[in-house]
Amino acid sequence: MEWFFFALFGITALVGSIGVVLSKNAVHSALFLLLNFVSTAMLFLLLGAQFLAMAQILVYAGAIVVMFIFVVMLIGYETVDDFVARERPALRTAAVALAVIFLAGLGYAFWASPWSGAKGAPADGAVEKVGTLLFQSYLLPFELASVILLAAMIGAIILAGRTKPPLGKPEE
Amino acid sequence: MVPTSSYLVLAAIIFSIGALGVLVRRNALIIFMCIEMMMNAANLVLVAAARQYGVLDGQVFVFLVMAIAAAEVAIGLGIVVGLVRHRDTTNVDRINLLRW
Repeated sequence: MEWFFFALFGITALVGSIGVVLSKNAVHSALFLLLNFVSTAMLFLLLGAQFLAMAQILVYAGAIVVMFIFVVMLIGYETVDDFVARERPALRTAAVALAVIFLAGLGYAFWASPWSGAKGAPADGAVEKVGTLLFQSYLLPFELASVILLAAMIGAIILAGRTKPPLGKPEE
Repeated sequence: MVPTSSYLVLAAIIFSIGALGVLVRRNALIIFMCIEMMMNAANLVLVAAARQYGVLDGQVFVFLVMAIAAAEVAIGLGIVVGLVRHRDTTNVDRINLLRW
């Protein structure tokens, strides 16, 4: 049963990721990215990480993809044809070859690792347990993460702020 | 039960597809989306490892990575908006003022 769900969500995650790379329209890419994130959330559920699955849907699918779609529609260049394969087929071939070699190396490393075939203990990622760990052992990283979020908020406001007109010549 | 290496191989495939997307696409936003996808694959590896060892520290790690990713997306999109405002294009090949 678990294999069926793993195969199902694994395939939807792969379909989503291929769709992000191959779509001509940037909004379609963002929607495929949403499919990838929701499939990953379901895979987290299969791995016993209930809190993380919901956090993934809230943060990644609910905030990050929404921000992407905002910016894509704000910029308005979603249908500009930018796929480099049309102009430089050599680059596309080299990129695909590199990706295949990388995947082969990584896949072999994972398959031949001591975890191959190992099932692992069922981890219960309930909210209380993750929260206890977060607020006892990992309190400092948690507080630092909030500082980073504050810094990012300030930075984003400054970056996207209104550009002031040039000051011009000083009056004599 | 599904072995951990299956999750790792799936994460490796998603990571490779994201890396391919960063290399092949020229739209700055789609490159950014592929980077987020790669980070997502790394999160999957962390959660699979957390189950493998039976501890929840990997999940706390993923939680903090999600917070950092949200901050990074906010800043990155601010940079992209400023870039498009300045150069009027999202094609990263045209953003070459600093090239020698």
